[in-house]
Amino acid sequence: MTSHAFNLRRFWAVVVKEFIQMRRDRLTFGMMVGIPLLQLILFGFAINMNPKHLPTAVRVADPSPFARSLIWSLRNSDYFAITEVVATEAELRERLKQGRVQFGLTIPEDFARRLLRGERPALLLEADATDPAATSYAVAALTTLAETVFDRDLQGPHATLRAKPGPVEVRIHRLYNPDIITQFNVVPGLLGVVLTMTMVIITALAITRERERGTMENLLATPVRPGEVMIGKLIPYILVGYVQVTLILLAARFLFDVPMLGSVPLLLAVILAFIAANLAMGITFSTLAHNQLQAVQMAFFYFLPNILLSGFMFPFRGMPVWAQWIGEVLPLTHFIRIVRGIALKGNGVPDILPDLWPIGLFVVVMLSVAINRYRQTLD
Amino acid sequence: MKDDLAIDVRGITKRFGDRTVVNDIALQVRRGEIYGFLGPNGSGKTTFLRMLCGLLTPDAGSGTCLGFDLRTRAGEIKKHVGYMTQRFSFYEDLSIEENLDFIARIYGVAGRREAVNRSLEALGLAARRRQLAGQLSGGWKQRLALAACMIHQPALLLLDEPTAGVDPKARRDFWEEIHRLAAEGLTVLITTHYMDEAERCHRLAYIAYGNLLTRGTAAEVVAAAGLTTWEVSGPGLWELAESLRGRPGVEQVVAFGNTLHVSGRDAAALAAVAGEFSAAGRAWRRVESGLEDVFISLMETARDNWAA
Repeated sequence: MTSHAFNLRRFWAVVVKEFIQMRRDRLTFGMMVGIPLLQLILFGFAINMNPKHLPTAVRVADPSPFARSLIWSLRNSDYFAITEVVATEAELRERLKQGRVQFGLTIPEDFARRLLRGERPALLLEADATDPAATSYAVAALTTLAETVFDRDLQGPHATLRAKPGPVEVRIHRLYNPDIITQFNVVPGLLGVVLTMTMVIITALAITRERERGTMENLLATPVRPGEVMIGKLIPYILVGYVQVTLILLAARFLFDVPMLGSVPLLLAVILAFIAANLAMGITFSTLAHNQLQAVQMAFFYFLPNILLSGFMFPFRGMPVWAQWIGEVLPLTHFIRIVRGIALKGNGVPDILPDLWPIGLFVVVMLSVAINRYRQTLD
Repeated sequence: MKDDLAIDVRGITKRFGDRTVVNDIALQVRRGEIYGFLGPNGSGKTTFLRMLCGLLTPDAGSGTCLGFDLRTRAGEIKKHVGYMTQRFSFYEDLSIEENLDFIARIYGVAGRREAVNRSLEALGLAARRRQLAGQLSGGWKQRLALAACMIHQPALLLLDEPTAGVDPKARRDFWEEIHRLAAEGLTVLITTHYMDEAERCHRLAYIAYGNLLTRGTAAEVVAAAGLTTWEVSGPGLWELAESLRGRPGVEQVVAFGNTLHVSGRDAAALAAVAGEFSAAGRAWRRVESGLEDVFISLMETARDNWAA
């Protein structure tokens, strides 16, 4: 009954074979390196959740020193780029409708007079809020700015019109990413996204390919055991995963200046668990799929909730509870928290444990599903 | 006595859904024997082979393969059986040497490198060892497959249509090799569609629609069929064939070059037909029934019985 135990020799035979096949398959290997690079460029350079210099049209119905001060400080705030000055409300609306500007600011008639009379005149900021994310930081910036922008103009007897401090002082410390740099959030998350995308697809193809090419029949007729085939197939891809990790970490450090406050060896160790989770998922797909096309489709189906519900793209806490529950099942959700924690917060082992065990559990469950599903026979 | 049998199975049955693919087959194959397994496409030959080497689990039946129980010792059976699939199933993106090396590792062949080298030499592929298997022609792929499933020196070789699409010279070489191996004590169970190959086997079995219809040596199979065959030569054979079909006693009419083979199991009825159509310069002559006549007759009968 020795053939029922895990046999290192047969396991190693599978590992050697997989390495040779991987070496021969240049296209796939190229993709494994190309995908992280492409995503780094797309997400790292192209995505900015805190957009600045948004085109703004201004209608000044009351040209006064106050209007000049306001426009001057808008320009200085970095959020607004005043691209047009229009004469009528209709023109302003049209530009917003056509999407030529993100904001339309109206300084109404009698603004200066009513301001000096203490009537609290309204400044109207119309925002194209079709994309809430694009407008929210700028809107917040204007609100703050309006409190103090006229202080210089309100001298002498008018000084009483300046905004009075509220009963409490609110102090805000933006910890871990004080300058709200999107890359600091995206690039560590990208580490998880790239691994999820490539590791799942490539392993989903691994066993399906054997079945499609007819080599599975041969493999099943030999004494090789399911565990030996599965784990043997995974080893080369773990190495590929680390090649990707190295690429992304180097880019994070030298291209995007993402801080690395925590321990790199700890991160690399966590990555091993995360890669294992994705490989286990991929292998499970490959035991379910009948051909390579189905395997790729399953991998894509899996990829979608990972991108949307893991907290990579959208704030996790902004999701309804049911979506958060789905998110909690995905290893990517936990991995992204761990990576951001280690890189930006300097988290150590005790801090990441709550997110580490779910990944471990996922590996165990998926791998046992896979090994059960991998049939020793063709039945 | 029992030790003489490499394969000894009874009542082997396999169903896919409600379709019975292999129906209650019993088979005994002696060690060192070349056993031919014949039958039309889809008759269950491949399914039967797969059950013997543990790739499929029989729904019913029991028995031993190399003395190991078919149901409980599949792991042991796999170690001592070489199975050559119908379709080339080695890795096309591995070289010849790498394929052999992989299989040798999987079986834990002692002195692996020597075994691979020996195998390459025997194949005559030593010079092309680094060539990718996918670039080989059909004949060479078949030789590689045979070498690969022999590398762990199995006691039983299961060959599923090994010579399909292989040229006559390569087929002859292949059979020489099989006979040499059998002489050394290897048991071979081989499926084929070729009658000349059937005659090269020590014993045969014929299977159609999952049922084993006949077995024995080629001579025994022919004798057991009880078939009478007449050979007709002369003018207008094609028209004659048309008018003979459906006549009492005429079970099959097959054109063989410039002659017609007319067979049936009712010798008297057939003789009557021969008398009736012997005019117009046609010569009727009693000949020995060939394996092919027998098999076609068996297949037709089987179709009437099971496929209706």
